[in-house]
Amino acid sequence: MERAIVLAASAIGAGIAMIAGVGPGIGQGYAAGQGAAAVGRNPGARGNIMSTMLLGQAVAETTGLYGFAVAIILLYANPLLGKL
Amino acid sequence: MYQGIATVSGSFTKMGLLRASQEVDFGITGYQEYTLFGHELYLTTTHISIIVVMLALIIFALVANRVIKKADPNKVPGTFLNIIEYIVEAIDNLTVANMGSKHGHKFSNYIGTLFMFILLSNLSGLFGLRPPTADYGTTLALALITFAMIHYNGFKYQKASHVTNLFKPLLLSPINIIGEIATPLSLSLRLFGNILSGTVLTGLIYGLLPKLLTLVWPGALHAYLDVFSGTIQAYVFCMLTMVFVSNTFEEE
Repeated sequence: MERAIVLAASAIGAGIAMIAGVGPGIGQGYAAGQGAAAVGRNPGARGNIMSTMLLGQAVAETTGLYGFAVAIILLYANPLLGKL
Repeated sequence: MYQGIATVSGSFTKMGLLRASQEVDFGITGYQEYTLFGHELYLTTTHISIIVVMLALIIFALVANRVIKKADPNKVPGTFLNIIEYIVEAIDNLTVANMGSKHGHKFSNYIGTLFMFILLSNLSGLFGLRPPTADYGTTLALALITFAMIHYNGFKYQKASHVTNLFKPLLLSPINIIGEIATPLSLSLRLFGNILSGTVLTGLIYGLLPKLLTLVWPGALHAYLDVFSGTIQAYVFCMLTMVFVSNTFEEE
């Protein structure tokens, strides 16, 4: 019974942890929009803008990946089951 | 109620080709156990795929070396030689553009190796291997190399002020120290998380679909998760390494 409760709570927790994906989504979209505006203003600098934008997006993605790491740990390497 | 659902799904799974493959496999498997200094260790999937990637890179390097040695400066270079020249030139331009012409050439060797290794590791998912970068051991090792490079160059170019800069506004020194430690952590987790999410997603989809359908549509998934995401992450890892290391060049 206790094991079932821990497993169910871990599954729910993994789902909640993935809400962290909202932030990077907003951030990456904003960066892409600003990048598009910059290319529209100065089409000659397309390559530079592109690489800067991708770099910023990759950095913004990190927080989402922290949430993903927590979800994966809860699902496949659950530390809570050992404490029963 | 539950048994009714079970029998219905059981009768579905008995229908041959339309059956979803039973096991979802994207984990790391240990093949051969061995002990080193009293620790039980395993030869895992990561080791095997990392050896395959290394062999591919070594063979490429040997062939490239032979081709370059045999090249005749008076003749037009062939296709393979052109590709090698393009790679070398692109990496040289990248390092010089990001680290300045004074220091850039020294680092193009390391950045080129890093880029090719990470790129081939990420793309190895296409060839049925489990990507070595989807194991935290690999990415942490790569990030620790970057960490060591940052602080070696920091002490080399800034001397003692590399340490005293951490305590410049004394109130912010805990944040500065945590920021220094978080650099390799976020660098390694970014690569690891991206590639692992791709591996997990493709593994789940392959386990979910009937055998017949796996021939058709996960191709789009591979194109995005392995090729696009893998290339971008390799580029980002090298880019961030260059940015962090070149930050230490500024004196004072």
